[in-house]
Amino acid sequence: MAQSAIPAQQAEPRPAPMRVPVRDVLPWAVFAVALAAVLIYLVGAEQGATSLFGGTWVHEFTHDGRHLLGFPCH
Amino acid sequence: MMRSLLVRGMLAGLAAAAIALLIAWLYGEPQVGHAIAFEEAKAHTAHEGHEAEVVGRTMQRTGGLITAMAFYGVALGGLFSIAFAFAHGRLGALGARATAGVVALAGFVAVELVPFLKYPATPPAVGDPETIGSRTALYFGMVLLGVLATTAAVIARHRLAPGLGGWNATIVTAVGFAVVIAVFYRITPKPDAVADGFPATVLWDFRVASFGVQLVLWATLGLLFGYLTERAFQRNARSAAEPVPAGA
Repeated sequence: MAQSAIPAQQAEPRPAPMRVPVRDVLPWAVFAVALAAVLIYLVGAEQGATSLFGGTWVHEFTHDGRHLLGFPCH
Repeated sequence: MMRSLLVRGMLAGLAAAAIALLIAWLYGEPQVGHAIAFEEAKAHTAHEGHEAEVVGRTMQRTGGLITAMAFYGVALGGLFSIAFAFAHGRLGALGARATAGVVALAGFVAVELVPFLKYPATPPAVGDPETIGSRTALYFGMVLLGVLATTAAVIARHRLAPGLGGWNATIVTAVGFAVVIAVFYRITPKPDAVADGFPATVLWDFRVASFGVQLVLWATLGLLFGYLTERAFQRNARSAAEPVPAGA
């Protein structure tokens, strides 16, 4: 059985779940959190409670998504 | 390793946003339309001047919604991959697919379910513009509470499991989680303002649609990321096990 020419799928050892070391994750975590903060702020809050750019263009452009994703809009 | 996980998370988030966009168009947009019609009828009878449109309705429904969903999907997918990297191998013997499923479920509860039950999504014409500042702060505060409480619950369950067994540890943790959330629901204010005469069916259908958009987004993200990561891990394990080129 062990001599089969084609390696059987089920015979493959199931690798133990490996851990990504925390120090490897952290720099990427900082990057992902910063990027997500900017994107979610633009979609969810800019020109609502707070405003970095003048006017209401960002608010109006993201209007439907802001409502449907559950952010307070106006 | 981390780089490929993050890229995969963002792409899976983008794909999940594309599927959720269909739900938004099919179920959400009709309700947004009804709400705006109500808003305009009210402004008309009150003889208020028609607001000058900065962005037209067609652009809001298409380009605006697509952009908002894409940004949100990429942001969520990136955060998801980070949470996955912390969870994988640290939640017992769960493989990549199961870990992604658990992280997606926890993320949905933390970021959507907990805030939604207290501060549900509101269609246009619902909500007092005067209170946007406090409502925004309360909403994001509730998201933060959801994230902290869910993270604490996952860790607590993992710690309790050896002593109580998996089933009982899950029950104890879920009860503790519910009590904490219920207390915060009770002590936080609710500055809700539904305009007089706003159709209840539109409000209900809009909220169900919004919930559905988030549910589909999270489910697609978790399942797709899990499938792709499991496949990549197997491929890595296979190439590590057979350094000799195939057919040699």
